Amino acid sequence: MQQFINITLSGLVEGMIYAAFALALVLIWRSTRIVNFAQGAMAAATAFIALALIDAGQSYWIALIVALLSGFVLGAVVERVVIRPVEGGPELNAVIVTLGLFVAIQASIAIIFGSSFQSFPTPFGVRGFEIGDSTIALTPTSLYIIGSVLVVMALLVALFRFTRVGLAMRASAFGQEVARLLGVRVGRMLTLGWALAAVVGSLAGLLIAGGEFIYPAYMDSLIVFGFVAAVLGGLDSPIGAIVGGLLLGLALSYVSGYIERGSALVNVAALVILIVVLLVRPGGLFASSVARRA
Amino acid sequence: MSDSQTPTSAAGAATEEAPVEATAAANAPSAQAAGGRSFLPKSTLLRHLVVVLLAIVAAVVILEITDPFTNSQLAQLSYYAIAAGGLTVLTGLNGQVSLGHGALMAVGAYTTALFLQADEPVPLPLILLVSTLVATVVGALVGVAAARLHGPYLAGATLALAVGLPGLAIYFHDIFGGEQGMRVRAPQPPDAFKDFISFVSGNSATGTKWLAYVGAICLVITYFLLANLVRSRIGRTWRAVRDQDVAAELAGINLGTWRVLAFTVSAAAAGLAGGVLALVIRLAAPSGFTLVLSLSLLTAIVLGGLGSLLGALLGSALLVFLPPFVTDLGADFGLDNTEAAQLAPFVYGVVLIVAMIFAPAGFVGTVRLRWLTYRAKQRAAAARSSSGG
Repeated sequence: MQQFINITLSGLVEGMIYAAFALALVLIWRSTRIVNFAQGAMAAATAFIALALIDAGQSYWIALIVALLSGFVLGAVVERVVIRPVEGGPELNAVIVTLGLFVAIQASIAIIFGSSFQSFPTPFGVRGFEIGDSTIALTPTSLYIIGSVLVVMALLVALFRFTRVGLAMRASAFGQEVARLLGVRVGRMLTLGWALAAVVGSLAGLLIAGGEFIYPAYMDSLIVFGFVAAVLGGLDSPIGAIVGGLLLGLALSYVSGYIERGSALVNVAALVILIVVLLVRPGGLFASSVARRA
Repeated sequence: MSDSQTPTSAAGAATEEAPVEATAAANAPSAQAAGGRSFLPKSTLLRHLVVVLLAIVAAVVILEITDPFTNSQLAQLSYYAIAAGGLTVLTGLNGQVSLGHGALMAVGAYTTALFLQADEPVPLPLILLVSTLVATVVGALVGVAAARLHGPYLAGATLALAVGLPGLAIYFHDIFGGEQGMRVRAPQPPDAFKDFISFVSGNSATGTKWLAYVGAICLVITYFLLANLVRSRIGRTWRAVRDQDVAAELAGINLGTWRVLAFTVSAAAAGLAGGVLALVIRLAAPSGFTLVLSLSLLTAIVLGGLGSLLGALLGSALLVFLPPFVTDLGADFGLDNTEAAQLAPFVYGVVLIVAMIFAPAGFVGTVRLRWLTYRAKQRAAAARSSSGG
């Protein structure tokens, strides 16, 4: 029983990170109909910037803020410079451009920061809380992860629902032509959308790095998990991305917890889940539009 | 871009700039459709056979005048080119992108490694054939799922395949050797080959040379089969499915079946490439089939021009000959070895982006379109002057 609770708890915490990453993918998909395969590499780049600051003696929190800001800038620059020319074009072109970005950014990280494994600190302890005389798999760090993802999600909801900018962004995602006729600077909104998505992705990258080792390709699995979570939720719906992330976190945690040497099977399990979802319910669990040509 | 198939309509479109569709290189007009004076025979099969003969002669000449190191590089080129050929048919002709071809190559490589472990291994051609078949079956299974997907969905699903499948090799480490992978005992060159080499050039018939020849033979066979397929009814159907799926469906084409077929054919090529790879590098390990391998293949076909076999060959040559060049360049600029080794993937990434923004049709596609536009303009000018005079 205790094992079940622990596996479930760690699954939920991992799931929060997948949810945040999936949310970043969904934000971009809604506005530009592009899946940003470079999201993981962009997040890894900001994590390495944070690590460089921490190694230089700065505090974790300053490093976190700088990393998120650099994520914002990176997202905006990427959209403006390389994504804009392929927006609205054949979907194959956009896919290939984001893949090119993925490879190029990952290689740049290795060139600038080296490709060895480096340990990434966490601001809180990684020792589980004790209930009675047993230790559960809920640590101060996992509370920090859950808390920061929830805060970011609340901020995003507030932005989209209660501000003019959020309204303009929703309008540009919903109907570019109409929004443009109504005076919305659609181009700027798309850039802002990419920048915000990069911030959320970067947060996910920093959270999953906490207490672990990072190397240039450490986000490779997360891009797959984020994509699977987003597709589970329909790729179109932010709520769906969050639920999808949590479900995927639980499922993968059970696979690695209950199957012997199951950690080698986590990526395969994600593949199986993705294939099943795409075959059985290609619209995802929460798709807003019924007819999606998958 | 389908209107670039006849030169006259290409002139009507007056395409000065590069075509926006990445798959433009796939719409190659055949020699007689272009109405060109060609020295090659009219029959497609005969024409391809002539090219095959020339390719064999060229392969022997190149392999005999170059040093052993270049021989091994050319062996490397052959497996990249086989896999890229399969991928370019899938992506260029049928419009399906796959990031999972590295994983399909792993299937072929592990099959070859398993068969060569036997005390009395079966003949090499049979092993490569079985590797191809196993990858074909896996590809058909993936293809059934992939047929319902398009664009980003397909890219994501095949990405999951590329990241997930090597995990199986680690999980079943008793069979596949886990992280260390499986050593491959490269087969010895047969006596007939030694006789042939001493007859042609008198060089020593080493194991490396034998593998380079094996790669070259597989490459020529694969490209011959693929080229015929591209020019056949099947290739035309694939293009129809890619460009106008609704119209194709109305014309009685079952989209799903044809997409699965494209994926299967492409997977077969990847399986053969994996088998050759296992022979050449003498190892089948998960670290050899990373996402970067799949993305390198994509770089090769995008740069050469999606859908063009010649483009896939040129792109593969880049994959082989560029890394040593940029690594040396990086070392000159003071990077250490591991940093300099990352310059090649960096260049791949930049090339993908730049090619997609400025010349999505790739090298072959862009050159071909320029040529067609130029010819059509000349013809239009000639027609105008003759009607005016």
